[in-house]
Amino acid sequence: MKLVIGIVRPEKTNDVLEALFRADIRGLSMHRVQGHGGELERVETYRGTTVSMELAEKVRFEIAVSDQWVQPTVDALCAGARTGEGSVGDGKIFVIALEQVVRISSGQTGDDAVTPVPR
Amino acid sequence: MTAAGIDSGDTAWMLAATALVLLMTPALGLFYAGLVRSKNVLNTFMMSIAALAVATVTWALVGYSLAFDGDGAIIGGLGNALLNGVDFAPRDGTTIPHLLFFAFQATFCIVTTALVSGAVVERMRFGPFLVFSALWSVLVYAVLAHWAFGGGWLQELGVLDFAGGVPVEMGSGFSALAAALVVGARKDYGRQALLPHNAVFVIVGAGLLWFGWFGFNGGSGFSAGNASVLAFVNTLLTPACTLGTWMIIDLIRGRQATAIGAATAIVVGCVGITPAAGFISPAWAMVLGVVAALPSYAVIQWRPRTRVDETLDVLAAHGVAGLTGILFIGFFANASWNGVADGLVYGDAAQLGKQAVAVLAAPTYAFLMTAGILKGISLFVALRVTEHEEALGLDIVSHGEEAYATGEGAMLFRTERA
Repeated sequence: MKLVIGIVRPEKTNDVLEALFRADIRGLSMHRVQGHGGELERVETYRGTTVSMELAEKVRFEIAVSDQWVQPTVDALCAGARTGEGSVGDGKIFVIALEQVVRISSGQTGDDAVTPVPR
Repeated sequence: MTAAGIDSGDTAWMLAATALVLLMTPALGLFYAGLVRSKNVLNTFMMSIAALAVATVTWALVGYSLAFDGDGAIIGGLGNALLNGVDFAPRDGTTIPHLLFFAFQATFCIVTTALVSGAVVERMRFGPFLVFSALWSVLVYAVLAHWAFGGGWLQELGVLDFAGGVPVEMGSGFSALAAALVVGARKDYGRQALLPHNAVFVIVGAGLLWFGWFGFNGGSGFSAGNASVLAFVNTLLTPACTLGTWMIIDLIRGRQATAIGAATAIVVGCVGITPAAGFISPAWAMVLGVVAALPSYAVIQWRPRTRVDETLDVLAAHGVAGLTGILFIGFFANASWNGVADGLVYGDAAQLGKQAVAVLAAPTYAFLMTAGILKGISLFVALRVTEHEEALGLDIVSHGEEAYATGEGAMLFRTERA
């Protein structure tokens, strides 16, 4: 089992969700984060106070999957989040090992717990 | 000290009414800002705020003169350009100073110019929008105002329009449709849900609009006399009935009365009574409130299912409701209340025919001229931001500010000092 963490541009959130659902990947959480990934700072002005925004708004997806689903998940994140401009700021994907997963409702553990229940 | 022929009571009311109408433009900005996504709030608000600058200047330079100087059939003269000859003497046909009459009419031009922006929010570049506003306020608003109020052909024909069903409501509504078609839909339109980000703004905006509308309609009699009192009271009655009707339709269709629907209903009711305010009895004004809700409600349900991204439904709320009000006068105008003319129900079928002419002419002119202005501007500059900028949001792209900045990660920018 792996935990796939994808950090993407907020304006690409809907595209990422769409790509994940198309690839049949259910079971995810997302939250808004602020971060810095080497992109150019944005300059804003408020009544004569000019500031450079060192942190950029990002959206962070967390998706726990069984091993054979890692590549499709990474592919879907890339497909949804890439702007194609080759510019810094599209985000990153981290894949890390997961020791244990428990589905709270049934007590299932391991791969069973990250496999969606058929509806 | 006042000039001969000036009534101080009338003047006092018109001073207050002018300020009331001016409030409607920032109120509209608030209403519109609540309806867009949080990344486009400031840009949407700024489009209304910009009208305070652009339309005031164009109105003072030439707009007022083209609308209200002379009685040419199509367009007025340039005799009052740059406020030439607009002074303390009474405006013809009124007991208020010409200068005050100008200012009152200016606030109408401003809010109408701001109204059109609802069709192009979340994608139009700010610079080209300013150019469009300047041209629109003269080529569309001033011309339609001349037709309806300034001695133009509709007024000569006998069309009744108390406070601006022709230039303000149908003018903005059908211009909005043209603008939406020329500028094109937002890139995510029809693909993603594009939801209002703050319903409270929408309700507060609608409430402030209603408040301002008492000056808009109540001032359009240019006095503190009967016509103004009738218009003022009808501005209370009609929107209340539209609001009630809207909530009932909502409850019947979806079992829930929506808040944004209620805010929309207030605007629709105010628009519906605008042309009819001083011409129909209070009882018929209440009926108009119910009647006006129906076509606007239908268009608001239907429009988002089309490819036309007329984003904030200016056509439904203003164009269609204004059209309903203009036609309603043709049926229910009552000379015993307005002292001017009767409608079909009170024995003059011809009045309905005259109203029908206005309903055909004003939308056609507004639509074609607006499309022409935007096509013309697009020959020189792009009307829209790029897809990437649209995704980023126009607040950052066009204004370099965010509406809801947290300040986290913001570093003070130190400039080199000599």
